[in-house]
Amino acid sequence: MAVAPEQRVFVASQWQLTWWRFRKHRVAVASAVVVAGFYLAVLGADFLAYADPNASEAQRGLMPPQRVYWFDDGKFGPYVHGVKGVRDPQTFKRVYRTDPSQKIPLRFFAQGFEYRFLGMIPTTRHLIGVGGSLDATKTIFLLGTDVQGRDLWSRLMYGTRISLTIGLLGVTMSLVLGVVLGGLSGFYGGIVDTLIQRTIEILRSIPTIPLWMGLAAALPREWSILQVYFAITIIISMLGWTELARVVRGRFLAMREEDFVVSARLVGCSQMRTIFVHMVPSFTSHIIAATTLALPAMIISETALSFLGLGLRPPAISWGVLLQQAQNVQTVAISPWLMLPAVPVIIAVMAFNFLGDGLRDAADPYGR
Amino acid sequence: MLTFIGRRVVLAIFTVWAISVLAFAIIQLPPGDYVTSYIAQMATMGSVVTDEEAQNLRIQYGLGRPIYVQYYKWVKLIAQGDFGMSMEWRRPVTEVIGERLWLTVVVSVAALILTWALALPIGVYSAVRQYSVGDYLATFVGFIGLAVPNFLLALVLLYLGFVLFNAHIGGLFSPEFNDAPWSWARVWDLLKHLPIPALILGLAGMAQQIRIMRANLLDELRKPYVVTARSKGLPEPRVITKYPVRVALNPFASTIGYTLPYIVSGSIIVSLVLGLPTVGPLLLKALIAQDMFLAGTIVLLLGVMTVIGTLVSDVLLVWIDPRIRLEET
Repeated sequence: MAVAPEQRVFVASQWQLTWWRFRKHRVAVASAVVVAGFYLAVLGADFLAYADPNASEAQRGLMPPQRVYWFDDGKFGPYVHGVKGVRDPQTFKRVYRTDPSQKIPLRFFAQGFEYRFLGMIPTTRHLIGVGGSLDATKTIFLLGTDVQGRDLWSRLMYGTRISLTIGLLGVTMSLVLGVVLGGLSGFYGGIVDTLIQRTIEILRSIPTIPLWMGLAAALPREWSILQVYFAITIIISMLGWTELARVVRGRFLAMREEDFVVSARLVGCSQMRTIFVHMVPSFTSHIIAATTLALPAMIISETALSFLGLGLRPPAISWGVLLQQAQNVQTVAISPWLMLPAVPVIIAVMAFNFLGDGLRDAADPYGR
Repeated sequence: MLTFIGRRVVLAIFTVWAISVLAFAIIQLPPGDYVTSYIAQMATMGSVVTDEEAQNLRIQYGLGRPIYVQYYKWVKLIAQGDFGMSMEWRRPVTEVIGERLWLTVVVSVAALILTWALALPIGVYSAVRQYSVGDYLATFVGFIGLAVPNFLLALVLLYLGFVLFNAHIGGLFSPEFNDAPWSWARVWDLLKHLPIPALILGLAGMAQQIRIMRANLLDELRKPYVVTARSKGLPEPRVITKYPVRVALNPFASTIGYTLPYIVSGSIIVSLVLGLPTVGPLLLKALIAQDMFLAGTIVLLLGVMTVIGTLVSDVLLVWIDPRIRLEET
């Protein structure tokens, strides 16, 4: 039977209602697109990069970003000017002069270093690259280079991969902790609830950064990148679970006395079945929203720890590791582009915040 | 009311205990025990620790005994005011920390006061003039405060100060006051340097408080008693400040307990970027050099300070909120 458009709302499923409500929140939808873009960059980091992120060259340290000219003689043909590094005879500093006579054309889907796309397909194609031969003198640096002459754009792409996956992994771990402990707290109540709630209160009244700094500093120096990566993930996820546990507990408490839960119990559903088949689906959307809101804190924690030199350590690349080079004001004053890795941090944090806000409003489609 | 404060005190004691266990764990984490590394450290300096001295140290810290005995001995020493030796500085930890701890407290408290002093009027303004230019401006600044990690904000401000004004905005003292003894001139110098770090530290918390205050006050302003007050001809400023603001203040005040730990946490990293003479840079150096007694002590003291601060704010909350004050149970 066909349903009149204005009556759709009565037969729509909860997810449909949630989606309709979410769609109305313009900023949240835009943020969702931004977040999706970030995770596409995570998947295709090596495709978006055009230089090996670890290839260093003392001859081109601290090179400023090159300007891209999009039109060549009125036709679309992006190119950059060649750059020559010379020593200033008075200060002995390295200065870079653009050479307007030399044009280095940019090509899309150009050849570059070899990698496996999505970890499987071996290829040498990159989104952009220098046309023609792989000549060492003809290179591009869209965002300039760092002290050791490594390309900042390519490093940023790889950093995005690590920073955003560490956030995702950390939030997953906090989610497990939060749902289990919050669930126990809310479902059983009584002494379990009191214990878990007091633990949360204690954890929340301790200044966390010095503690995590201490834990992170104790990681053995000889650990591999992967080991440090997981250790840091565990450390930052210990920070995020309290808020999630609070949300889950609140939902459990609100729902425990609902008719459908009571009836489920009365018809003899096991406790497991009551929780996972009847209760959890009705607050999944709340959990998703709370998880999204917890992600920015994860990203900031990782960035902060790595920035201090206690988180991920080079040769691992993350936003925090990249920002480490910007610790010194004098360096930044001469080479301001070293601060650029702060931009994706801020955009990502904002996007996750707006997205989480939108999801939280949408999670309760019957509200207001 | 006494029950409420009593409960808070018990919780605070448990929190201090949890912090002390964690600080002890941090001291214990690196491989090797304290005395062995102390002997090795002294050997590199050319001085020799005799077997007898080493033995005394081992007994003092209960090394070789079960871990809870070691913890108990450590707590006992701390209760006597002995926080151990800093390996790197070869001086007692208390001497190394010195006035840095108090400067940390000064910076954190200044940030807290600034957070409140600005969040309250801005929040009230945003609610009363909802959707005005000022309201949007406050919302925008609030989002910046929430989204930009405070150490990045410090970095950007430092850079702008350097490039635009050729001034170094970091530090807490002018160079001539760095090591000077305390005097009114030095205090005045400190006060002049305080606003920027305090603002950077307080901005995120402030953004949150503005949002809370605005939402609470908007709820209150729609209630009938406000309309009644207005219809009786009460002047508008009085209508707003007499009851709605007071009512909206309560949930606002209860968040203070979480604001302080957040500010203290943030102060560690911001101090590093701005080069403030607080315990932040000292902690990082100690951790990197594996100077664990110093690091553990800093973590412990910061934690205890925060707990005390939170306790004080809770008592203040009781004083503000008559519902808790008059509660009998």
